[in-house]
Amino acid sequence: MTSVGKSVSRKDGIGNDTGRTRYADDIVLPGMLYGRTVRSTIPHGTVRGIRFGFDTAGFTIVDHRDIPGRNIVALIDDDQPFLVERAVNHVAEPILLLAHEDREKLLAAKVEIDYDVAEPLYDPERSTQSFKHITILKGDVDDALARADVIVEGTYRTGHQEHVYIETNGVIAVPEDGGVTVYGSLQCPFYAYKALKSLFGPDAKVRVVQTETGGGFGGKEEYPSMIAGHAALLALKSGRPVKVVYDRVEDMVATTKRHPSIVTHRTGLTRDGRLVAMDVDVILDGGAYSTLSAVVLSRGCIHAAGPYRCDHIRINGQAMMTNTPPNGAFRGFGAPQTEFAVEVHMERIAEALGMDSVTLREINALEPGDRTATGQLLRDDASARQVLDEAVHRSDFRRKRDAYRGTNKGIGLALFYHGAGFTGAGEERLKSKARLDLTDSGVRILVASTEIGQGTRTMHAQIVADALGIPYESVDVAPPDTALVADSGPTVASRTCMVVGKILERCAMEMKQTLDGMSPAEYFRTKGPLSVVMEHVPPDWIRWNDDTYQGDAYPTYSWGCDVVEVEMDLDTYEVRPSHVTVVQEFGRPIHPALARGQIEGGTVQGLGYALLERVVMKDGAMANATLTNYTIPTTLDTPELDIVMLENHYDGGPFGAKGLGELPMDGPAPAVVNAIRHLGLDLRELPAIPETLLACNSL
Amino acid sequence: MQFTLNGAPVDVDAHPMKRLLDVLREECALTGTKEGCGEGECGACTVLIDGASACACLVPFAQAEGTTIVTIEGLGDAHPLQRCFMDEVGAQCGICTPGMIMSAYVLEADASLEDIRVGLAGNLCRCTGYSAIYRAVIAARGKA
Repeated sequence: MTSVGKSVSRKDGIGNDTGRTRYADDIVLPGMLYGRTVRSTIPHGTVRGIRFGFDTAGFTIVDHRDIPGRNIVALIDDDQPFLVERAVNHVAEPILLLAHEDREKLLAAKVEIDYDVAEPLYDPERSTQSFKHITILKGDVDDALARADVIVEGTYRTGHQEHVYIETNGVIAVPEDGGVTVYGSLQCPFYAYKALKSLFGPDAKVRVVQTETGGGFGGKEEYPSMIAGHAALLALKSGRPVKVVYDRVEDMVATTKRHPSIVTHRTGLTRDGRLVAMDVDVILDGGAYSTLSAVVLSRGCIHAAGPYRCDHIRINGQAMMTNTPPNGAFRGFGAPQTEFAVEVHMERIAEALGMDSVTLREINALEPGDRTATGQLLRDDASARQVLDEAVHRSDFRRKRDAYRGTNKGIGLALFYHGAGFTGAGEERLKSKARLDLTDSGVRILVASTEIGQGTRTMHAQIVADALGIPYESVDVAPPDTALVADSGPTVASRTCMVVGKILERCAMEMKQTLDGMSPAEYFRTKGPLSVVMEHVPPDWIRWNDDTYQGDAYPTYSWGCDVVEVEMDLDTYEVRPSHVTVVQEFGRPIHPALARGQIEGGTVQGLGYALLERVVMKDGAMANATLTNYTIPTTLDTPELDIVMLENHYDGGPFGAKGLGELPMDGPAPAVVNAIRHLGLDLRELPAIPETLLACNSL
Repeated sequence: MQFTLNGAPVDVDAHPMKRLLDVLREECALTGTKEGCGEGECGACTVLIDGASACACLVPFAQAEGTTIVTIEGLGDAHPLQRCFMDEVGAQCGICTPGMIMSAYVLEADASLEDIRVGLAGNLCRCTGYSAIYRAVIAARGKA
C-alpha cells in the first residue's frame, strides 16, 4: 500500500488537461476593475512632473502618496520602493497605478512623465556600489599558488536569462473583511504577506492566497510581492476587486532575470593534475535594487570551486548595483553561473596540462571524507565519482571524444553539485512549520509550499500517506492561504521535498502515535478533530558561521554529471545539441515520474541558457522582450535526453530524499560549451550563439 | 457572429476586430484557452478552426463567421489525450497543456516521434522539456 517510490496519479487531477484549472487571469469577480502600471522610461534620474492626457473620471489613480505604511518592498534590505517617489533607478520602475473597469479605456489612457535625467551606469565592473561582499577562505592560497607547478587563469561570462513561465505574472486584490485579500500566481505566499503588512502597516488585515500557478522557476519568488502591493493599493482606494495581469512584453521588461556574471579563476596545480590552489573572483550584476542579490551571491560563491577537493581556496564575491531592472531568483540561484565558470575552467586546465579532462575530474572530485571550500566535511551521501563514472560509461564518452575529432561533432561534459535547502543558517532562522489535520475521511496537509507544476501536492501527500500508513487517496492538501496554513517557508531552494517534506513526515509520525492503531476516520468520529503542528529541526551536527563563511553550508548536496553531444553547421556556426546524457543523484525519488520531469525540464532550460537565450539590453532595458525575439527551446531544439537517477539516501530527508529542483539547471551550459571547445573554439561565455562563436579564437 | 462552438451553434455579439482568444475567454467563458504571449509564438491559445489548429490570439473575431471552432472544453474530460497527459505527467504547471493537447489532437493516428516533434513545434512548454509530452501523445496514439 506504500506510495513513496511510485508514480501515483497527481493530486491536481485532470483539470490541467481539460482546461478547467483556473489561473489568475481566468478569474472574474463582480465589479472587478483592471489595473495597469505606469513605468519609468529612463534608466536614471528624477521625476519632475506627471501629466494626465485623458479624462480621469472613472479611473482610480494611485501614486506613492496613497501608501499608508512603508513604501518599501520588504524582503532583505529595505531599498526597493513599491512606487517611485522622486528617484528613478531603472527603466520600467513603477511610478503610478491606474484602474478602470474598461480595459480598452485603461490601456488608451496617456500619462506623460517629465524627468531630470542623470547618467546611468550599466557596467557592474565599473560600479562602486556593492550590495554584498562575500569572502570564503580555506588554507593559504597565495603560498600554494607560489608553489604550484602550473597556473591556469581565465575569465568566464554569462548573460541574463528570462524565466518565460508560460503564465505571465498576475494577481487579483479584493477588499474584504476590513482588509485586503490577494489571490495570485506566486511561489511564496508569506513573502507577499510580509510585503503587504509593511505596505499597509502592522495592524492591517492582509491575506494572500496562491492561485494555480503556470510556472515559476524563481521568477515568482519575490516580484509578485510588488504586484500584490500594487493591486492591493488600487483595490483599497477603489473599494473594488482589481486584477493586474502583465502581458508578455511587460513581464519580460519589468520583472527579474538571472544575474549576469563575470567569474575569474586563477588555479594552481601539480604537474600530475592535482588542484592545489583556487583563487576565484565572482561579480554579479544585481541591477538597481538589492532584492535577493545577497543570497544569490552567497549560493554562487559557495558553489564556485565546483565539486572538487582543494586545500587552498579563496573566493571573493560581489553583487554590484547597475541602472537596470533588478535581477532576482532563478532556478539554481547563482550556482549555474559559478559552476559554468569552474567547469569550463577545468576543461581549460586539462588542455593546459595535456591531460584527459575526465581523468582530471577523477583525480580531484570530492569524495566522502573530503572538505568543501567552506570546510564542510562530506558524508557518505557525496556521489561525485558515482555520477561521473556512470555518465562517462553510459555516454561512451572517451570513444566518442576520439571519434568526433576533426568532424563537425563535439562532445562535452560537466560535473556539478547543488546544496539543498536554504544556505547556512537560513533554515534555522526560517523556523518553518507544517501542519497536519485529521479529517472525517483521512488527513489534510496545511503548508504554504506552493504547487507550481513540480508536484508539491502529490509528493507531500505521498510522504504523509506512507508515514501514517494510510492510502495516498485519503490525504488531502489545503490551498496555500495565509489565513489557513502553517508558514512552511518559501517554495524555493530545492527545499520543498527535503525540508518541508521532512517536517510533514514528523507530523505524520506524531499523529500516528496519537491515533494508536485507529484509522483517521475512526479517531475523528470517536474523539473529534486533531491537529499536529511541527517545526523544522536542523540536523544536530550542523555548524555554520555567517561571519567567516565556514561550516556546513547545506545539510547535504545532490550531484550530477551531464554529457552533451552537439553538431555545428560549419557555414552558419549554428550549434544544435544532438544527444544529452544526464546522471543525477538526489537521495531518492519520492515520485519517479515527477522527478524525471524536473530533470528533463531543468536540463532543457539549461540547454536554452547555453545556446538560445540572449537578453539584449539597450539603454538599460530588454530590447528583445517578446517570445519572437527571445527564443526558448521548442520541440525541434530539444534533443533526446537519456536520464539516469542514482540513489544515495540522505537520512535527514523524508524517506532518504534530497533536493532536486535546481540541480538539473547547473550542468547543461558548461557541458555545451565544453562540447564546443571540443570542436576547436575557445569559447568562455554564454549564450553560445553564432555571432559569439564566429568571434572566438581557434584552439 | 454565428458559428459552431464545441459542437453547438452559437451566436456571439462582439467587436469583429476583437481577438478570438478574448471572445472565447470573456464572451463565451471558455477559459481553457490560455494567453501566453499574444503574438502566436507560444501556442497556449491553440484551438481548431474548421479542423485546423490556429492561435486564437492572431485571429480577429470577424473570421469566426460560419466556421466550426473546437476548444479544449470541446474534448470533454475523458479524451485519451487528456488521460495520457495525466498518466505520463505530460502536464506540470498545466498552462501550456490545453494548447498542447489541441495541437496533438490534429496529429495523424500513426504519427511517428518525429511527426509529433514537428507537429508540436509551435507550442512552447517551459516545464517538461517535452519528453513527457511525447510519452503522453505516444501512449494516446490509436486510442481516440
